[in-house]
Amino acid sequence: MSFLELQNITKIYPNGTKAVNETSLNIENGEFVVFVGPSGCGKSTLLRMIAGLEDITNGEISLDGNVINNIDPSERDVAMVFQNYALYPHMSVFNNMAYGLKNRGISKEEINNKVNDVAKLLEIDQLLTRKPSMLSGGQRQRVAMGRAIVRNPKIFLFDEPLSNLDAKLRNQMRLEIKRLQRQMGVTSIFVTHDQTEAMTLGDRIVVINNGVVEQVGTPKEIYSKPNTKFVAEFIGSPQMNLFNCKIENGIAHIADIKINLNNSKNIEDASLGIRPDDILISDNGQHTCVANLVEYLGSDMIIYSKIGDQEFSCKLSSKINLNSGDTFKFDISYTLVHLFDNTSGSRV
Amino acid sequence: MKFKPLEILTHIILILGVLLMVLPIWFSFATSTHDNVSIMTEGMKFFLGESFTYNYNEVLNEKGGWSEEVTAARMFVNSFIMALGIATLKVIISAMSAYALVYFRFKLAVPIFWLIFITLLVPLEVRIFPSYKIVSDLGLTNTYTGLILPLVASATATFFFRQFYKTIPDELLESAKLDGANSWRFFIDFLLPLSKTMLAAMFIFMFVYGYSQYLWPLIMTTDEKYWTVVMGMKIIFTENYEGVALPRTGERFAYIILSMLPPVLVVVILQRWFIKGLIQTEK
Repeated sequence: MSFLELQNITKIYPNGTKAVNETSLNIENGEFVVFVGPSGCGKSTLLRMIAGLEDITNGEISLDGNVINNIDPSERDVAMVFQNYALYPHMSVFNNMAYGLKNRGISKEEINNKVNDVAKLLEIDQLLTRKPSMLSGGQRQRVAMGRAIVRNPKIFLFDEPLSNLDAKLRNQMRLEIKRLQRQMGVTSIFVTHDQTEAMTLGDRIVVINNGVVEQVGTPKEIYSKPNTKFVAEFIGSPQMNLFNCKIENGIAHIADIKINLNNSKNIEDASLGIRPDDILISDNGQHTCVANLVEYLGSDMIIYSKIGDQEFSCKLSSKINLNSGDTFKFDISYTLVHLFDNTSGSRV
Repeated sequence: MKFKPLEILTHIILILGVLLMVLPIWFSFATSTHDNVSIMTEGMKFFLGESFTYNYNEVLNEKGGWSEEVTAARMFVNSFIMALGIATLKVIISAMSAYALVYFRFKLAVPIFWLIFITLLVPLEVRIFPSYKIVSDLGLTNTYTGLILPLVASATATFFFRQFYKTIPDELLESAKLDGANSWRFFIDFLLPLSKTMLAAMFIFMFVYGYSQYLWPLIMTTDEKYWTVVMGMKIIFTENYEGVALPRTGERFAYIILSMLPPVLVVVILQRWFIKGLIQTEK
């Protein structure tokens, strides 16, 4: 039995919206799992149901062997870091961190020790007497984390905690969260709509769309073998190229280009996906296209082009000399393509 | 420093406004320090006189009323108890009912809120006979409870607290829930400290409201021991002097000045909190 088990979880809001639909998931002790998906996909709702902040319409959640559906949030032994930190504005940093412990009737001395230890760990021990309004965004973030850590919960829940920080701080905090999680080994669930955060933080990633889990896997699995068209498009930057095509006897027809897939499949309406950096550009490539636009990104550049009327992009080293309007030659290798059936949206 | 014409004009308007507010009070105070003969012959005074101690001593300690049982000092105590009771209970009750209306999503919360709101249209004066009947049936006439109780519900304060609570982010409540705060603790540990400013402001308004009640205590109290200051203003130092005696204008002005002090004190003491809260938003 897994540490945290979700079984056929469904959430229907009173107004009839189905936020989460028949979701099942097992999370092991110590794992760092990231829920990722576009906004409104139900990932936050799922997290809030684990926290106990939303009722569960159907299904069962069990934590450490106990069903927690009807257990009060405070007794589930979970800690949550909110998007806006939700620090208590009228309390000092110390009291913000100590409040949950006080409510559990822990002795003053022990609270002091715990808060001080965690404050040192997060390097906020100089700020303990300050009010949240006197802290910077990054410091508030640390206090919010400290408040979660000090309670020593079974699970950490992060609800897009980095989205209010500027880009530089976000990267820094991301690393820090990862480091802390490794160090403490506490099971964590992190909700985000940012695929970079998902890829870098997660031991496993759960991609959610429209209240349904599209794929669960390690970042590598998700990236290299997306189960559905949605996952293929959602993960990876720049986005994977998807060509609508007809497959006849293992040959994909995209406009006038033919790609040999080295199999004998026949699909009337398919999508052929290839990542922009998997398109092989070389002088003796089989296909020729015109670079409509070249985007220079420093070490890399992105070329926007068209096959027939379907746009696509390739990413390559900016050492190659190629300008807008130039023609280039490329190959698409069957080993690097992803095939999806357009009617079901799933991988074939 | 040079003033622009517009600034001079605005300053003149402001100064006139201040004079308009302050002069009547100053006249009353100056007059209250003169003896009755000079007031009678010379009218209102602008400069201070010599009867300050005499007049104020008379006011505080002379027994008045029809049966000569009540002093002004006693009436001040009564008024203070009444205003304090009304203000405190009004603030507590409306803070709690707003809490119920905002955070406990029971079915009829909105209709109930509007029902409370509608009572604004029915002030005490309109419902004075039913209120009197109820209070007298409960045997509460001539008690502090009777003075205070019918006035402790406040739609205005409930409304303001409700609007304030609605601005508090839900995440704060959720975070508190995860930290093990039950509904009672959330109210005490979060809502009350966060609404300090509101509490102070409401307390000031309600204190003044309670202090200036006239009709209710007039109807409620037959026993002079429970008379309040505002009632006394009409009654005290007017009777027992028929015919030849001089009107006791000096004492009456002294009484008026004294009657203004408690509300002024409440405002002065609480305004620090009030203004501090307005300047530093804690959200």
